[in-house]
Amino acid sequence: MEVELRSPKEIMKLSRLGCFHQSRLSFLRSFLEEFKDWKYSRDLFELDKEGFGKAVYSFSKNNRTYSLVCFANELKDEERSDRVIATKWDAAFVLHDGIPLKEDIERLYENVPKQEVGRLSYKELTLSRANRSVRLFNQVVDSLSNGRQPDKKILSKVGYLYRTTAVYGSGKFGLADRFRIKNRSEIKGPFRLEMMLVYLVRQFTFDQINHIAKNKNPTKFVELDSEIAKGLGIGNSTGLGMAPFIVNHPTLLNNWVQSRESILKKIREIEIVKEGQFNIFYDCLIKSIYNVKNWNSDSEFQKSKIRDLLEDLNKTINYLNVVDKKQKYLFNTIYKWIEAKVCEECLEYLVSMFMEPFDEIVKEFIDKMSSDEDKHFTIPSQRTVIQLRNILENHYSELIKLDFNKKENNLNFWFISKNKEEPRLANRFEMNGSDLEQPLAIARDIKKLYERVIVSKNSQTIAEFLIENDDLRHVVRRAFIIEKFPYSEILDNTIGEKLMPIDMLRFKLSFFGAVKFDPRSDKWLRICMFQGAPLPNQLKNFDDKWVYDSLN
Amino acid sequence: MRSLSEIETISKRASRSKGFSWGTSEEVGKCIRLLELFSLPGVKNLSQYLKSYNQNNFKQLKLVAKNNNSDGKYHCPISSGVSFLDQIKKLEKHNTIEFSKIAYPLLFLPFASRASEILGKRIYIKIDEKEFMLNFNQSIFSNYSKNEILENANVISVAFLENTNSFSDSEWNEMTKFENQTFVDESDELKKKSAGAGLTDND
Repeated sequence: MEVELRSPKEIMKLSRLGCFHQSRLSFLRSFLEEFKDWKYSRDLFELDKEGFGKAVYSFSKNNRTYSLVCFANELKDEERSDRVIATKWDAAFVLHDGIPLKEDIERLYENVPKQEVGRLSYKELTLSRANRSVRLFNQVVDSLSNGRQPDKKILSKVGYLYRTTAVYGSGKFGLADRFRIKNRSEIKGPFRLEMMLVYLVRQFTFDQINHIAKNKNPTKFVELDSEIAKGLGIGNSTGLGMAPFIVNHPTLLNNWVQSRESILKKIREIEIVKEGQFNIFYDCLIKSIYNVKNWNSDSEFQKSKIRDLLEDLNKTINYLNVVDKKQKYLFNTIYKWIEAKVCEECLEYLVSMFMEPFDEIVKEFIDKMSSDEDKHFTIPSQRTVIQLRNILENHYSELIKLDFNKKENNLNFWFISKNKEEPRLANRFEMNGSDLEQPLAIARDIKKLYERVIVSKNSQTIAEFLIENDDLRHVVRRAFIIEKFPYSEILDNTIGEKLMPIDMLRFKLSFFGAVKFDPRSDKWLRICMFQGAPLPNQLKNFDDKWVYDSLN
Repeated sequence: MRSLSEIETISKRASRSKGFSWGTSEEVGKCIRLLELFSLPGVKNLSQYLKSYNQNNFKQLKLVAKNNNSDGKYHCPISSGVSFLDQIKKLEKHNTIEFSKIAYPLLFLPFASRASEILGKRIYIKIDEKEFMLNFNQSIFSNYSKNEILENANVISVAFLENTNSFSDSEWNEMTKFENQTFVDESDELKKKSAGAGLTDND
């Protein structure tokens, strides 16, 4: 039996992308798989009794070493901010390619804490900074220094000791360009080095808190219990900076979604599902309910989604209890049932969960999730207008129906702020700056392109068409990309009244492997990563379903 | 040191600031990255070109012909480059193309370099007395290696080179003699046993 891939017109809607969840395919899980047999070590730990100073952690194998260099700084409470406008942080981090020399550490000390205004070199790979969770950090220090483990309930509510507020890579601020390292087999999957940085930062937070507690009360203190530490992750605050990424990397977007969709298709096509395979799926699902129940958010938007998710998960479990597990194409039957009976949030949650028993299927796709955008950049200018028209009508059929003369469809514009060089979104009818709009209104520009194409001569070449239509060159390029990469485009209006920018953020973060999406507005959210993940000294032998074994 | 990613982004945005379309600005970003990758002064030349952009009325070349005269004005290297790249399949038939007067001609080079990859042919460009061999967008070989601004060129000629060998048949034969020294002479028994043939060859 052959199952069709789900249509991009269904999947690439923002509301659907905003329902995606972590899965076996997530980058932080594939990072742990890849690096589990690398040698981990803490190479330097020079903190004063308050926990300020520097530390170095590394992963090495054969002749390759990656080193995280950490700088922990004193920060007054009033200086602490997760917003991108901040200029100081509790700690700053950089992943160095190799073993840093003393001169490297001195150079990095001068630059890494400055983040965007510092300069890095080709020897550095990723850069980040983080702030302590005010809610939690001091409480944990107090408990440990008084010889007690911290209250698990409080830990579970927050889920992390530190929250990163940005993670940069790929050539930003002088960091190494991707081309320098892209052929290394261990980093074939996307964002591997960003994941490594965050993972090692997590260990630094545990070491630092133990160190502070010990210095506060050397006779009475206890170390944070490793099982409790395992249940803590690293938080992250993410704003609009992340949103344009998925528009600006169309083939990468395609490869992420196409991998996920192809895996789902393969699972639905399995004729005989073994009892053990069904049980892994079912067990993960049952365990994960605890995570959902402990998914806290003050956002009414998110709270309502979580409520619906829980209700539909319970409905699904009741169904799974009675479904005939011996029938052929069991997962196809289950899929069809959930497609008809549960909300989008639950549907995508279960699609992620489907992957848990099928490592062999998933593994095949992990290396296919990277992309070289440059290979598909040049417009095939010898093609014809009729071919372009067909692409537009086939792939963008819904978008070309939109009326952008209506205010609600054309309400917002994306721009880059002068002070932080970060993407922003504003109402074009109320704010200045729309004359400097960024090319992120793809739906509107595709519609414009279509209107020009239908009045052009069908036999005209694209080279000829572009002579008079150069203003739409950026979307002509995209149209020829979507022809080969059907999941390369958000098939929705990114400037309309109903836009929820956090859908774009959540989509990307779900591929990272983030959990507990907690929108703080429609434009930024908090998440948690690596909660429940094995500690570095447990990597040699760990349960790859750890994500369902967190503190919760 | 600035990364190529930073160079691409700033070149794209800087071009946009002068009114180039987003699509063309994206092309400029990629092309300046390419120049810098090949150790040619892309940022320096683009910066100077954009600085002079408003004061000079550069000629926008939309349709490239065999001979592209300028009427006294200098051609814009970006519009010339984009048009050359877009129209390359049609231009190939001319074998040679000539432009008179291109401003900041180094900025034209990366477009031609990308065209070389599309055609699958080397492209030879002469900018006044400076020569450039564009090798399928893999490298640029030149007798010019100064890190300087090249403000104007009066004559730019472009030739599409046929894919021919750079060596003679006798030189190739010499090489095969060396190559043969790495092979094993096959005895009858080796022929029978080592090729993996079955008991009957012609069934």
